Amino acid sequence: MIPSPAELGHLALWLAAATALVMAAAPLHAALAGLARPAAVTHGLLLVAAYAAMTHAFLVSDFSVSLVATNSHTAKPLLYKVTGVWANHEGSMLLWVLILGLAGLAVALVPLPLGPAFRARTLGSLGVVALGFLAFLLFASNPFARLDPAPPEGLGLNPLLQDPGLAFHPPTLYLGYVGLVVAFALAVAALLDGKVGPAWAKATRPWVTLAWAFLTLGIALGSWWAYYELGWGGWWFWDPVENAALMPWLAATALLHSIRVLETRDALRNWTLMLAIAGFALSMLGTFIVRSGLLTSVHAFAVDPTRGLFLLALLVGLTAWALLVWALRAPKVAEGARFAATSREGLLVVNNLLLMALLAIVFIGTLYPLALEAWNGRQISVGPPYFNATTVPLVLLLAVLMGVGPFLAWKRGATKGLGRRLLLPGLLATLAALAMLGLLGVTGVLTLLGFAAAAWLAVASLQLLARRGLTLGRAGTALAHLGVALTILGATASGALQREALVSLRVGEGFEIAGFTVTLEDVAPKAGPNWTALEATLAVQREGAPVATLRPQSRTYTSPPMETTEAGIAMWRAGDLYGVLGKPDGSGRWQIHFWVKPLIHFIWWGALLMAAGGVLALGGALRFAQLGRRRPAARAAPVPLPAE
Amino acid sequence: MSPARLLPLLALAALGLFLAANLGRPQQATIRSAMVGKPVPAFALPGLGDRPGLASTDLGGGEGPVLVNFFASWCLPCRVEAPQLKALADAGIPIHGIALRDSPEDIRAFLARHGDPFRRIGLDRDGQAAIAFGSSGVPETFLVDGRGVIRLQHQGEIRPEQVAEILREARRWR
Amino acid sequence: MAAEVRRSARNQRLVLAGLALAAVVGAGLLAIPALEDKATFFYAPSDLAANPPAPGARIRLGGLVKDGSVSRENDGLTLVFTVTDGARETRVRYTGLVPDLFREGQGVVATGRLGPDGGFAAEELLAKHDETYMPPEVAKSLGRAGGAGAAGAMHRTGSLSE
Repeated sequence: MIPSPAELGHLALWLAAATALVMAAAPLHAALAGLARPAAVTHGLLLVAAYAAMTHAFLVSDFSVSLVATNSHTAKPLLYKVTGVWANHEGSMLLWVLILGLAGLAVALVPLPLGPAFRARTLGSLGVVALGFLAFLLFASNPFARLDPAPPEGLGLNPLLQDPGLAFHPPTLYLGYVGLVVAFALAVAALLDGKVGPAWAKATRPWVTLAWAFLTLGIALGSWWAYYELGWGGWWFWDPVENAALMPWLAATALLHSIRVLETRDALRNWTLMLAIAGFALSMLGTFIVRSGLLTSVHAFAVDPTRGLFLLALLVGLTAWALLVWALRAPKVAEGARFAATSREGLLVVNNLLLMALLAIVFIGTLYPLALEAWNGRQISVGPPYFNATTVPLVLLLAVLMGVGPFLAWKRGATKGLGRRLLLPGLLATLAALAMLGLLGVTGVLTLLGFAAAAWLAVASLQLLARRGLTLGRAGTALAHLGVALTILGATASGALQREALVSLRVGEGFEIAGFTVTLEDVAPKAGPNWTALEATLAVQREGAPVATLRPQSRTYTSPPMETTEAGIAMWRAGDLYGVLGKPDGSGRWQIHFWVKPLIHFIWWGALLMAAGGVLALGGALRFAQLGRRRPAARAAPVPLPAE
Repeated sequence: MSPARLLPLLALAALGLFLAANLGRPQQATIRSAMVGKPVPAFALPGLGDRPGLASTDLGGGEGPVLVNFFASWCLPCRVEAPQLKALADAGIPIHGIALRDSPEDIRAFLARHGDPFRRIGLDRDGQAAIAFGSSGVPETFLVDGRGVIRLQHQGEIRPEQVAEILREARRWR
Repeated sequence: MAAEVRRSARNQRLVLAGLALAAVVGAGLLAIPALEDKATFFYAPSDLAANPPAPGARIRLGGLVKDGSVSRENDGLTLVFTVTDGARETRVRYTGLVPDLFREGQGVVATGRLGPDGGFAAEELLAKHDETYMPPEVAKSLGRAGGAGAAGAMHRTGSLSE
C-alpha cells in the first residue's frame, strides 16, 4: 500500500527530530563537527516536507487527519484552508518548528566569519531547541494524529477565523520569535567559544534586527485586527496575550541597541548576552502563556495541563541551560571598554535601563493576578488603569532621550554643537504643546507632553535623516525613531482628541458630534454566505457635505451559531469614524455607539515605519559585514562615527 | 565562579516553580455556584416523550450519590464528554440529564448518536433549573449526595483523566 | 596604566549593574502601589454580602443574569438587571451598548462600582462567548491563535469613557 502524504509528513517529522539530534550532538566531538551543516540543511528540508504534507491534507480536506477534521471544512475558501493549518494549536506549533528549521537552514548556509566550530555550536543550540519543540509536537500535540474511520465532513467553518488580519498575525509573530531563538543560539555559542566581541555582534545584529522588525509588524497586525474586528473602539487592551508579545519586543528593542554598542565599542558584553537569553526566554514565556491558557480570562477553562507543563519544562530547561553556561563562562568573557556617561553608548545604556523598567512593569502586571491568587485566593484583574499610569511616563522619557542619542558621539562626552542642534526640535515641541493647549483646549499634562514628545522626536529624526553622509544604518535609525514618534502622536491624539457619543435613535433621526452630523438612514437585514445580519446605514456629513457612509452590522452566524459585532469604519483624514450598532430597545429605537478618532492610523503607520527602519538597518548591517570581510584591515581599527 | 552569577538561574527556577504550581488550576473569572454545600433547589422538569422527567424530589432519596449533567444537543463539548459519562455510568453511578434549551427531536438524535447514559432526563426549556443550580453553561455536572446536598460542581466537559477523580469524590459522599 | 584602566572599567561595570538594579527596583516601586491602587477584584453577589469592598473601589462583579430581571429605562440606553450566583443577588445599572451574548440566564461579568444603596453601577459588561464551555482547542482557535485577539473569545462593551 502506498503511504498517504499525511503519513509521509508524520515520518518527515520524526526524521527531522533525528536530524535535530545530530545537530545537537555535532559540536560535542571533532569527528562529528562536519555533520552540523548537512544535518541542519536536511532538517530544514524535512520540516518543509512535513509542513507541505499538512497543507496538502488541508487542501484536499483529508478528514482522516484529526487536525483537519476539527479545524477545516470542504466549503472553506481556499485561502483559509492554507492559513487554517496554523490557526489551531498543533498546526501553529508545526509552523513554529518549520520557521525554526528554515532559520537553521539559513544559519548553515550564510557566510559566518567566526569559524566552523562556532557555526557548529550555533547549529547545536538550534538543534537542542528544535528537539525540544519536536518532542512537544510528537508526544504532546501530534498534528498528524489520525481518525478512523474518517468523518465525512469537518467541523471547522469558524467564521471568526476567516479574517486576513488574524490569518497573517501568527506567522509574522513567529518569525520574530524564531529570530530571537537564533540570537539566543548565537549567544550560547559565543559563551562556549568565549568569543564575545564586535565580530560576534556583527554576525548577530542582522538576526536581532530581523526578529525585531517582524515582532513589530506582528504586534501591529494584532492591534489593528483587534481594533477593526472586535468593535470596542480600542487598539490596545493590555490583555495577557498582548503582553506576551510585547515583553519579547521590549527585550529585543533593548538588545538591538546594546548589540550596536558591542559592535562599535566592544562594551556591554555580558549585558548583551543576558539580553539575548532574556529575549529568548520571554518569547518562550509568550508561547507558554498563549498556549497553556494559564493567564487568559473567561475562556481559559478547560486547559490541558500536560501541554502547559511540557512547554514550561521546555522554557525552563532551555533557559536554565543558557544561564548555567553564562554562570560558568561569563568570567571568560573579558570586561569590555569603558566610556563617558554622556557619550552615545552612555545614553544607550539609559535606553536599555528604561526598556528594562518597562519590561518589569509589564511582567509584574501580567503575572500579579496569578501571584495574588496563589497567595490568598483572591481573583483580580490588572488592566489599562495600571498599565497606562506606569508605562506612559517612561515611554515619554524614552522618546525625549531618543531624540538626543543619535546626535551624540561614541566614547566621548557631549559636544558643544549638541545644544544648537536640539534647539529646533525643542522649539517645535514647545510650539506643538502650546498649540494644543491654546487652539484645541487640551489640558492634561501627560497629553501635552505626549504631543511635545512626538514633535520633538519627529523633528530630531528628520534632522538625522537630513544630515550629510547618510548611511543605510543611520537612515534605518532615523526612520524607526520617526515611526515611534508617529505612533506616540497617533496614540496621544486618538485618546485625547477622541469624541464619543452613545445614542438611541429611530430611523431618520440623527445627532451631532465634533462637527459631524450623523443620520441613521436605515436598518435592514442582510445575508452573507453563512450569516445573517442587521445592517445600519449611518450617513455622516460635515458642513452639509457628505463625508462617509458607515454600515455597522450586528451579525448572527449559522454554523457554529455565534453573534458578532461588525463595526462600521471610515477613514477621515488620518483618523477614523467608527460606528457600532447595538440592540433595538423594544420601542423602535436603535443603540448607536459612535467615535471620532483623530489620527489613529498614525499608530499603525508608525509601526510600519519602525519595521521599515529595521529592514533598512538590516541592509546596512549586511553591507557593513561584507565590506568588513573584503577589507579585514578596516575592521581592526575602531569605527568611531564623529558627531561633526 | 562568583555565587552572584547563579542569581538569574535562581530567579528562573523560582518563576518556573511558581508557574508550574499554578498550571494545575488555571485561574479565570468562571462563576462558581454558591449552591455547592446546599440542598438541591426545588424544580420539576418534564421528561422526553414517555420517559419520566426529573424533579428535585428524585434526588437525595437516601440512595447513594448521583450526578446531574446539564447538556444540550447544540453543544460541541457535550459530544466530547459522552464517552466519559458512559464510563461513569458503567462504574455504577446513576446519572440524570438536564437538557438545556433544546428540542425533543434534537435530543433524541443526540442520544442516538452519542449514547444515552441517563436514568432520567429533564427538559429545561427556559434555563430555569440551570439558574437555580447556579450553572453558567453546558456541559456542567453536579454531584448530589444521598441526602440531596450538592457536593461538587464540575464546569466544562469531563475529560478522560478526570473520570477517576469524580469517581473518588462520588465514593467520598456515599 | 593598564591596571588603572581595568579598575575603572570594573568600576563602570559596578555602576552599570547598580543602575540596572535601580531601574528594576524603581519599576517595582512604581508598579506595586499602582497595582494596589488599580487592580480590580472579582466578586460574586455572595462575596459582596459577606465581605463588601471599600466604598467607591472599582471591582468586577460576576454571576448570572437573572431571568426576567432585565429592564430598560426610557433613554433607550440604560439597562437595569439582577446578577445572581444562586444564593444572593445584586442589582446592576449600566448605560451603553449591550454585548452580543448578554442574555437572561447567561453568565456576565460587570466592571464598575458599588453604590451606597447596594446597587452596582457598571461601566463595562463582558458576556461569555457561548453557552458552552469549549474544549481548549476550540476556545483557542477563537482568536487566541497567537496574538492580540485573545479578547475575541468574549464579548465586551463599555459605557462612555467620560
